[in-house]
Amino acid sequence: MIQTFVFYLFATLVIASAAMTIVARNPVHSVLWLILAFFNGAGLMLLLGAEFIALLLIIVYVGAVAVLFLFVVMMLDVDFAALRAGFARYLPFGTLLALVLLAEIIFAIAAWNIGGIDNGVRAAPTDTSIPNIQALGTILFTRYLFIFEAAGLVLLVAMIGAIVLTHRVRSGTRPQNVSQQIRRRPQDATRNVDQPSGQGVQL
Amino acid sequence: MGYSLQLTLPELILSGASLILLMITAFAGDRSGRLVTWLAVLAFVVAGFVIPGVTDVGATAFDGLFIADSFAAFSKILIYVSAAAAMLGAMGWFGRDRDYRAEYPVLILLSAIGMGMMVSAGDLLTLYVGLELQSLAAYVLASFQRRDNRSAEAGLKYFVLGALASGILLYGVSLLYGFTGTTLFAGIAQGLSEGVSTGELFGIVFVLAGIAFKVSAVPFHMWTPDVYEGAPTPVTAFFASAPKVAAMAMLARVCVEAMGPATFEWRQIVIFMALASTILGGVAAIGQANIKRLLAYSSINNVGFALIGLAAGTQAGIASVLFYMAVYVVMTLGSFFVVMKMRDEAGQPVETIASLSGLSRTRPGLALAMALFMFSLAGIPPLLGFWPKFFVFEAAVQADLTWLAAVGIATSVIGAYYYIKIVKIMYFDDPAPAYERSGFGVESALILLSALFVSPLGYFLIGPLSQVSQNAAGALF
Repeated sequence: MIQTFVFYLFATLVIASAAMTIVARNPVHSVLWLILAFFNGAGLMLLLGAEFIALLLIIVYVGAVAVLFLFVVMMLDVDFAALRAGFARYLPFGTLLALVLLAEIIFAIAAWNIGGIDNGVRAAPTDTSIPNIQALGTILFTRYLFIFEAAGLVLLVAMIGAIVLTHRVRSGTRPQNVSQQIRRRPQDATRNVDQPSGQGVQL
Repeated sequence: MGYSLQLTLPELILSGASLILLMITAFAGDRSGRLVTWLAVLAFVVAGFVIPGVTDVGATAFDGLFIADSFAAFSKILIYVSAAAAMLGAMGWFGRDRDYRAEYPVLILLSAIGMGMMVSAGDLLTLYVGLELQSLAAYVLASFQRRDNRSAEAGLKYFVLGALASGILLYGVSLLYGFTGTTLFAGIAQGLSEGVSTGELFGIVFVLAGIAFKVSAVPFHMWTPDVYEGAPTPVTAFFASAPKVAAMAMLARVCVEAMGPATFEWRQIVIFMALASTILGGVAAIGQANIKRLLAYSSINNVGFALIGLAAGTQAGIASVLFYMAVYVVMTLGSFFVVMKMRDEAGQPVETIASLSGLSRTRPGLALAMALFMFSLAGIPPLLGFWPKFFVFEAAVQADLTWLAAVGIATSVIGAYYYIKIVKIMYFDDPAPAYERSGFGVESALILLSALFVSPLGYFLIGPLSQVSQNAAGALF
């Protein structure tokens, strides 16, 4: 009962916020509606018992993609009125794309009805009694440990590459000298003066 | 776990060495370039000596993810030697312009780890992560000379097209996984042995297309001339050697171990790629005016010949592929080392073929070495370059692919035309302005070594090399 209620809540909100994403006049509002749609989509995944995908949706799509969208929308001077101007001109092409998408959805449902893919020789059968985040973590750090570590090396290469290709030594800058700052003692920098009143200060 | 770690010892040593060397470069800066390079060579030597599988039989680590057999051992030794040679050659070339940075050897080390994973892969995931590790380092290396626009362009082109190829490969991997239920090579072979479904066929096609991009076989070769021309010459020498060996060995292992039961299906694809590569690599090279572009087409051509051996699909065929790659690497590295010596009076690198004219009178030693490499690449009998072609065609004939061998011989004649044209330009044309004189350094020593290898003295190597490549190929069957 409560599940049905929550499902309809999330489903309605997904569709409503998706519609608002398109309709909203302000692009920043569009992105915010999109984030709401992602959150509700994640809620639907949770209901299906796919909590890993739910968290992934929030971390990757909300945390990275949507924030990137926000940055782009705020930083770049995109004239959205001009973008919308060609609505009638692009309508036939848009309709065609929509029809293709519709056909794909119908095909996908038909293929799904035929039956699942035979995973008879699967290397790591899923244990249904443990939650899937735990199952993924277990397999990632035992069986696929080697690949996990190698993926770390791939990220290291990406870091080195970014630095090698962009870092350059600039001249004329005044960088912070930490050791000099630490070596500096109070007696070098301050002094106590018994200042008589009515006279100028000697600096 | 301990046994698994023991089998991956070369990769562990190289990873540890790259991390330590990275620390040295971070703290000592670019003046540590030479030291880091020699330490990286030392790491390659150590890693080469601890490769398992040279003596004992092949074993798998991490539940079949990683295979350490004699096939992997042969490829890894070839990869380490050529990567180390390419690295040493780069030191002098970059050092002249004072833009040698110490990250260069570190990136090559990391790339070599990826290549080791590629040739040892027993699972499509290992294959993919290894491939990405190798490629990502290669993209950075291609645009290593930031101030040079051509280098930046080469890096960007390579990155975009490489990402596309990775996508194609991953799509094939996902199809194979979906239809066979596993990414393990053994499991895929088991799934395919019950008949190849349409979905599995599509998976095979996409995986082969993705790997064909990495070995730059036609029709996935378009990036090769542009990237080879734009990248700094030592980087091009590296691209044409070690990664080619790794991708070729990986292709052979995937075809035999994972897609063995579908030999009929993949053989058609490999035959097409072999024919197209040998023909296009031969014909398109004729009009080139830039020596690096010419060598790029030459590498496409050579990959085509190696694919003829793979198309045979037999143990002799795989052995001939390994033999071919071993000799090819030396010939190509040697020619690129000569190209690295091409600098005008002001010390600027020149790359036109016209500037080679009359080299025999201005620099007789260099011209002789280049002529040896060119004759060897053309496959003229007294030189070592003849034998790999011979073995490849022999394997094809034994596998009832006589027509393929015949076409291969015909296209090698086309290839011989442009190789020998370079020799003619060097020996019979009027001298162009002489190149800048340089002392006998590491580069010259490497040219001398490779020239000795391809010269008739290399005959002594044919026996042991074919024996070892036979052994290595035997590990796959």
